[in-house]
Amino acid sequence: MELTPQEYQQLVQKHVKPSPLGKDMLWAFVVGGGICVLGQGILDFWKAAGLNEKDAATATSITLIGLSALLTGLHLYEKLAKYAGAGTLVPITGFSNSVASPALEFKSEGFVLGTAAKMFTIAGPVIVYGISASIVYGIILVILGAL
Amino acid sequence: MIGKRMGIGTIKFDRPPRVRAWAAVGGKKEKEGPLGAEFDKVFTDTMCGESTWEKAEMHLQKVAAGMAANKCKIPISALDMMVAGDLLAQCVASSYAARGSQVPYLGVYGACSTMAESLGIAACMIDGGFAQRVCAVASSHFCTAERQYRFPLAYGGQRTPTAQWTATAAGACILTAAADDYAPVRITHVCFGKICDLGITDANNMGAAMAPAAYDTLRTLLSDTGTHPEDYDGIFTGDLGKVGSRLLCAMFEQDGMSIADRHEDCGKLLFDDKQDVHAGGSGCGCAASVLCAHLLPRLADGTWQRIILAATGALMSPTSVQQGESIPGICHAIVLESGKKR
Repeated sequence: MELTPQEYQQLVQKHVKPSPLGKDMLWAFVVGGGICVLGQGILDFWKAAGLNEKDAATATSITLIGLSALLTGLHLYEKLAKYAGAGTLVPITGFSNSVASPALEFKSEGFVLGTAAKMFTIAGPVIVYGISASIVYGIILVILGAL
Repeated sequence: MIGKRMGIGTIKFDRPPRVRAWAAVGGKKEKEGPLGAEFDKVFTDTMCGESTWEKAEMHLQKVAAGMAANKCKIPISALDMMVAGDLLAQCVASSYAARGSQVPYLGVYGACSTMAESLGIAACMIDGGFAQRVCAVASSHFCTAERQYRFPLAYGGQRTPTAQWTATAAGACILTAAADDYAPVRITHVCFGKICDLGITDANNMGAAMAPAAYDTLRTLLSDTGTHPEDYDGIFTGDLGKVGSRLLCAMFEQDGMSIADRHEDCGKLLFDDKQDVHAGGSGCGCAASVLCAHLLPRLADGTWQRIILAATGALMSPTSVQQGESIPGICHAIVLESGKKR
């Protein structure tokens, strides 16, 4: 029997179990929402501690990033992410995990060529396109402001 | 038929090389699997007492080869040749494991099919009279494979249902010449496979990428030797996992041939469903360790008379996948028979 790539693709579709989307989305919603609630709690804490609105927001980001990096180092973040998926990926904690995990993993190749060089292999594209997009929006804003 | 070849692509040995001794080593997860008790040695520490995962994999291979040689009561240096392979770029686990052995060394890469490739080459070397004692060995390590092919271990990602789990294991066989009466298993045929690529681009579905190669090689072997699935006590594919196994059986069924009652897959045997390995195990060490821990002992004690080991490999690299290339599959089949020389 000779199969064409198209026929084979159909056969594969028939035998592949798809990701459990409903379950994945529920997990993502609950855990992602939970991280946001935690963030709100931390924000309230910093405000109660006497920081103004802007400083409290910055301190909240720093706290979440620090917590996520700590959990990454303790190998707990990936255990939660296995179930939470996008729920742990999308918040700022996911960004922190994507920087901390290669930094830890590649330290066997040294602090320069390992940790430092590989630290942004996953988060790098987010930084590149995040900054590029903000430059473009900045230019548009300047042009619109001049009109 | 030219010389030792029969049919389209099968090699038939005039004086079937023997498998004299073997050893399987594994990691913690492999120990907790259904075959855990059958391993010769298991390491509960993923580093195996070394400072990096690469060194740990090297250690696995060294221990497997050393234990197999020990069972023959020969030192490694008494071997005529080592044929070894692993998943790492430039085959470093194998080369570093062979460092200092003072034995002629061939490094091979066939992804998860490596054990069958190294066994096949070793058997040809012996039947051709180029060597008397050859060690065929293959290994893989979950942590070294993850960092090379996928993400850092601590990265929070989700694996798809079709993804497979790279085994932390190694298997080694010592092959000897046909005249070795003490060797309990012989290799009668080898069918080196062709590259088959039916356009699968999803690196998380290697079972689907490799199943056409397994089908092609098994069909070739069966038709070249004029045998049927019923003539074997088992057809063991290496690492098709659940998805690939279903596809392989479906392709045979389209030909009106059923292999389902004879077929098993090393990736499905090594782990059970409770171990969260999704579609099953994979990696060079998977087929190698299942062969040495589970299959060879059953041939040696006569539970089985004749089996096929059809180890499959997905021959992509992270670069080729990123460039959008589809995944070439390969499968090498070895026919193993029970019995000392009559």
